[in-house]
Amino acid sequence: METKTYKAPLSHQLNPGHSACAGCGMIVAARLLTDAIGPNSIMANATGCSEVTTTQYPMTSFKLPWIHSLFENPACLATGIAAALKKQGKEDINVVAVGGDGATFDIGIVHLSGMWERGDNVLYVCYDNEAYQNTGYQTSGSTPLDAFTTTAPAGKNSFGNPTRKKDMIKIALAHHVPYVATASVGYPIDFINKIKKSLTVKGPKYLQVYVPCVPGWGSEPKDTMTIAKLAVQTGYYPIVEYIDGQLTGKMKVNKKEPIENFLKLQKRFKHLFKPGAEGELKKWQELCDNNINEFGLM
Amino acid sequence: MKILLTAKPGTTSLVKTGNWRESHYPEIDHEKCIGCGQCELACPEGICFKTGEQNSKGKFFYEKDLDYCKGCGICAEVCPVKAITMREEKK
Repeated sequence: METKTYKAPLSHQLNPGHSACAGCGMIVAARLLTDAIGPNSIMANATGCSEVTTTQYPMTSFKLPWIHSLFENPACLATGIAAALKKQGKEDINVVAVGGDGATFDIGIVHLSGMWERGDNVLYVCYDNEAYQNTGYQTSGSTPLDAFTTTAPAGKNSFGNPTRKKDMIKIALAHHVPYVATASVGYPIDFINKIKKSLTVKGPKYLQVYVPCVPGWGSEPKDTMTIAKLAVQTGYYPIVEYIDGQLTGKMKVNKKEPIENFLKLQKRFKHLFKPGAEGELKKWQELCDNNINEFGLM
Repeated sequence: MKILLTAKPGTTSLVKTGNWRESHYPEIDHEKCIGCGQCELACPEGICFKTGEQNSKGKFFYEKDLDYCKGCGICAEVCPVKAITMREEKK
């Protein structure tokens, strides 16, 4: 058979050659985000995989203006950029702050809260991979119940992380943020639409996107999109959208998948399939059922 | 105040990550491809793209750039018509 070698036109706002793992969910979200906001944007990035994989000095994968400061700082940086642009009369430029769940749920929550309180015209996107994956899989405020992390290992006396995931959506809503939404990288069109829609809203915007992490979750690289879809179809990760505090959109669960189908693809939950862990599986199923009832997903 | 660029835009494209592939690479069947673009949306490297060439059914088929492909296999999983197969690499 005749073979022809094809070369990608490198037309995205995020170039390849970055050092994200094969099958990384975060980098898919980063590319979809940069393409959706377009070149007329400035991005402020927190510390984390999204920073270290894309910007190894003296190179960068980004084609749009991009800045990194300390772990907790994307919200502050974005506030300053938005203020400077306002002073210069350049308010047509999108200001976007991004951080992982560690930077958003824990380390940067003070500054994020301040940004929301001041009502700065910034889109904040959180790549939610449910732990400090970049530094070696430590528990964060976003880590779900029973997940194995290096700071909450599962063993004879433990099922892994003993606490539930922090509800950042409710925290954002409590700040009266005009646009609050969740998305999953398994549904890229929904994610892109939400980014574009959020940019039409003036004031702070919070978008939390679910991104599987291959080494941290112990999943197969090819299963990244499957896991991101199952998280939604089990009811574990409800995809919702709030405008001015009102629930304006939700992704329906077509056919409720048993939670085991989602958990068994990830080694961080493998201890839940050993004898004696039935109670934990029941807790997980209850959590999913509660989400489905709370948001009316079926 | 003068701000200097510390890195030129998009320069990581100099790093050919294709040598990360361990054992498999994706092969796209042009005749099966319906040009839906799911692989382009899902590719972590962003190197699945519309070629601008048509197959016998008039569909503009997609291709990948093996210079950067890390062989994760997501494209083969998300393809709705199973036009992408992960083939063993001859090294």
